[in-house]
Amino acid sequence: MREITVVEALNEALREEMRRDENVVLLGEDIGKYWQGAFKVTKGLEEEFGPERVRDTPISENAIAGCAVGAAMTGLRPVAEIMFGDLVALAMDQICNQAAKLRYMSGGQVSVPMVLRTPFGAGGSYASHHSQSLEAWFVHVPGLKVVQPSNAYDAKGLLKASIRDDNPVVFCEHKFVYGLKGTVPEEDYVVPLGKAHVAREGEDITIIATSLMVDRALKAAAALEEEGISCEVVDPRTVRPLDEEELCASARKTGKVLIVHEACDTGGISGEITKTLVRRVFYYLDAIKILAGKDAPIPFAPVMEKWVAPDEERIKKAVKEIVL
Amino acid sequence: MEDIEMYKKMLEIRKFEEKVYDLFTQNLIPGTMHLYMGEEAVAVGVCAALTPNDFITSTHRGHGHCIAKGASLKKMMAEIFGKKTGYCKGKGGSMHITDKNIGMLGANAVVGGAIPIAVGAGLSCKLKYPERVTVCFFGDGASNQGTFHEGINMASVWDLPVIFVCENNLYAMGTRQSLVMNIEDISERAAGYGIPGATVDGNDVMAVYQEAQRAVTRARNGDGPTLIECKTYRHKGHSRFDPAKYRPQEEVAEWMARDPIESFRYKLLDKGIPEEFLHKIESTVETEIEEAVEFAEESPLPEPEDALKDVWVVE
Ligand SMILES: Cc1ncc(C[n+]2csc(CCOP(=O)(O)OP(=O)(O)O)c2C)c(N)n1
Ligand SMILES: [Mg+2]
Repeated sequence: MREITVVEALNEALREEMRRDENVVLLGEDIGKYWQGAFKVTKGLEEEFGPERVRDTPISENAIAGCAVGAAMTGLRPVAEIMFGDLVALAMDQICNQAAKLRYMSGGQVSVPMVLRTPFGAGGSYASHHSQSLEAWFVHVPGLKVVQPSNAYDAKGLLKASIRDDNPVVFCEHKFVYGLKGTVPEEDYVVPLGKAHVAREGEDITIIATSLMVDRALKAAAALEEEGISCEVVDPRTVRPLDEEELCASARKTGKVLIVHEACDTGGISGEITKTLVRRVFYYLDAIKILAGKDAPIPFAPVMEKWVAPDEERIKKAVKEIVL
Repeated sequence: MEDIEMYKKMLEIRKFEEKVYDLFTQNLIPGTMHLYMGEEAVAVGVCAALTPNDFITSTHRGHGHCIAKGASLKKMMAEIFGKKTGYCKGKGGSMHITDKNIGMLGANAVVGGAIPIAVGAGLSCKLKYPERVTVCFFGDGASNQGTFHEGINMASVWDLPVIFVCENNLYAMGTRQSLVMNIEDISERAAGYGIPGATVDGNDVMAVYQEAQRAVTRARNGDGPTLIECKTYRHKGHSRFDPAKYRPQEEVAEWMARDPIESFRYKLLDKGIPEEFLHKIESTVETEIEEAVEFAEESPLPEPEDALKDVWVVE
């Protein structure tokens, strides 16, 4: 099967969904033909679908999100792009007070089928305003689904599922997942929201990792295999709804869990996953450990930036601390 | 819309709110509420220029917009009572009344929050329903929000069929307009976004209607948005038990003397409408309100567990 990058996979998802359903429209800063998106996810789409459906917006994050809300309530299926994840802070009212709550507040009369895509994540010395991972902000708001693809196959299938979902979806793309290549079928498929994926089977320990950390966990697991430690790697893929069944099944099987995410430790979704495991499979567990980003904004200088996020070495070390 | 019908709508708003206020002071209604009394000519004049398919967005002071757009008094009253039969099954209350079937996209309790939503509805009109327009109601206070500037600019640059209606009642809670902006006419701001702006007497329902018609025609013709500022005044305090002491008495007296409903009634009589006919309308409205209250009172409360419903669209 052919291999493509996550950016290409996302681009295909948008293109195919726009061909399938003329109600799908894109909104965002510099997503059109002149710039093609800050990370080129929307490359070539204005050329194919025209400026009515691929709309370059003013630099107005709250209006981008709000316009998507209003359009979604009235029959379109907008996909809005916020150029950098940290900038969702400027659109929080529309995402968390409007998109998430309008169905509820109207007693179920309206739905808000929109997707808000945004690149999260550290690694490029973009410093503190362009690097944070903020999925936990949205996980805390009932009414929002939150997706974090870690590879090309999932990126395409999850984005398609998100566009077809009738709920508002916050779609968190990691800037250093964008370039990862993977096999992606030519034919149409979706990856259902709320289903975790066992990225690698193993016996001794379960590593629950999200987004870019899945790639790092898989590398660590491959290296640990040589040392005789068998790791199972589970990728939740959507952090809300969380696939409790799959996470608990794996935790029950191995009895030992390491949770890895790049977002900073305090208030991160690892706490949520831990809560789920404690509630449901406490008696089967020997150990739970969390390896998250350090509790700091993402710094600029590469030496510091590299240090704040979990890496392969730290994952290996944490696994050994639990298993050995 | 016939002028008689406009009179009836304004009266419905007034009587509905007088009733609600009365029930409220008897502690029969929970929460807070923002009365529209005194501003009826704005909602009615604007909505008279709309069809049932057009969209509107509203504010925390939304009863008037709902009624003017054709919402059911019964379902509104039931919602305000927190009953299961209300528009939002008791989940929204006064500040979130929504009626999707008449294009009423919701009252909204974040000041300025609905402005970008109206822009999005305008985008749907442009791409999906070219015969429709969207009206966005908001206050003088809301016009200092970023959403006002972001939203109007976006609608302007995309030529969206959105009519921005600023209800300038001179105050945002206790804050007088002159304390927070150095212009008198908010419609001046339209120039900054390259769209027409107009200021109109918001207590004159015909003047509002005519201005709205111009803007709606422009929007339907694909010529883009308009900003209409309606100068008006609230008869009551901002919310619940606000005695509105921050407003000078002479100012209050001056505006109370310009009651939009009373003055329109005189005009109708001048036009030769028989007074008995108006009396008949007035008693019909009274009956409608009584029926709404009865409906609300007799309706069941939601179950506590209903709080978990309608969070998600479940396939
Ligand atoms: C974003 C936001 N800030 C503050 C409030 C509290 N608040 C509710 S109404 C209001 C005043 C609004 O004034 P205006 O827009 O002029 O509308 P009016 O009440 O006069 O109709 C304020 C400050 C709020 N609901 N939302
Ligand atoms: Mg005001």
